[in-house]
Amino acid sequence: MMNKGFQISIQGSDKIVTCREDESLLSGLARYGQKEVPAGCRQGGCGVCKIRVLKGEFETGKMSIKHVSAMEKDMNFTLACKTFPKSDMVITVNIKGDRKWQ
Amino acid sequence: MAISGVLRPGFVQIRVLDMAESIIHYRDRIGLEMVGTEADGRVYLKAYDEFDRHSIILRECDEAGLDVMAFKVSNETYLDEYEEKLRGQGFEVTAIAAGEQPGVGRRISFMAPTGHRFDLYVDMELSDNGPMTNNPDVSQLDPRGMKALRFDHCLLYGGDIDGTKKVFEDILGFSTSEVVVDDDTGMIIALFLTCSNKAHDLALVRHEEDGKLHHVSFLVEDWTSLRDAADIMTRYDISRDIGPTRHGITRGQTIYFFDPSGNRNEVFSGGYAYYPDNPLRVWQASSVGKAIFYYERELNDRFMTVVT
Repeated sequence: MMNKGFQISIQGSDKIVTCREDESLLSGLARYGQKEVPAGCRQGGCGVCKIRVLKGEFETGKMSIKHVSAMEKDMNFTLACKTFPKSDMVITVNIKGDRKWQ
Repeated sequence: MAISGVLRPGFVQIRVLDMAESIIHYRDRIGLEMVGTEADGRVYLKAYDEFDRHSIILRECDEAGLDVMAFKVSNETYLDEYEEKLRGQGFEVTAIAAGEQPGVGRRISFMAPTGHRFDLYVDMELSDNGPMTNNPDVSQLDPRGMKALRFDHCLLYGGDIDGTKKVFEDILGFSTSEVVVDDDTGMIIALFLTCSNKAHDLALVRHEEDGKLHHVSFLVEDWTSLRDAADIMTRYDISRDIGPTRHGITRGQTIYFFDPSGNRNEVFSGGYAYYPDNPLRVWQASSVGKAIFYYERELNDRFMTVVT
């Protein structure tokens, strides 16, 4: 049975986006025209879409350790392009990262 | 002989997060030939129109980016001269013995002021799968995927691009074909270096962080090849950055896209023929949109920020 997807909300924003189980968080957000999380290489290498997960379950693909260290990974920092939701999620983009946040 | 000294970009070693995915990307999508996998895990590939043994090396690592870009030099006399001049300018030059890469002779290696490692070498074995030389057909092997003809150039990001420019011009004999300058101060923001008839063999953009890779470029035959490459990108859901479009700088036609580790690739065609007596072409930063993406006339968000 096709999963209906998970509800993703961004802290500080009232928008809620549905992300399918078979797509990355970044792809899900992009389908709704969400620009809160910027898209870079979409392959886990550049770190531009770095976020922190505040609530919810997820799996990750391979990401450059330069942008998400082992310690950061334990603290639920991740790259949206390599994050695959496994439940409803709350994320924040207002983190200290290596780019200026709008 | 007109072209002597540094001949051309010879090879790059790229760090990838997942080797299996990367082989599919570079071999099946871009269309490179597999040359071999060595005991240390590095994978060697070449484009079908290159004579030499290999040009692209993939190394699996937990961080994407560029290990080294290497240039082929015409003879040992030049290599010795470069080594002496580099040392004379205070650079630490490391000797890499023949055989560190299969089929490659001795190399010298130095770190440029922008934090990029460059190697120089004279000898590389010829490939059995190179272009034919006796009543040659257009290709020996049937081109595949995006039909990349050769590894063409790199664009690298780092701080002291003036310093790296000086090394390539004063020691290695490159010329600068084009620059982008700040309208008010004249400070160089981007520069395009050539050692050949090509509009660029190496490009540099000023950036807060050293040692970064913007893209590794592959030559394809023409504008139609870019359309076919774009079809492949959509067909296989490859992460595309921008294009098909044209650069004002070099006038080359282009698509930027990403490998499975986020390293940017380019397929590139055209561009003018450069001669060392050509006047420098200058772009003001206020026209940088047109300089980089001639049709869009503006940079996209990713051009200045997304590097590995």
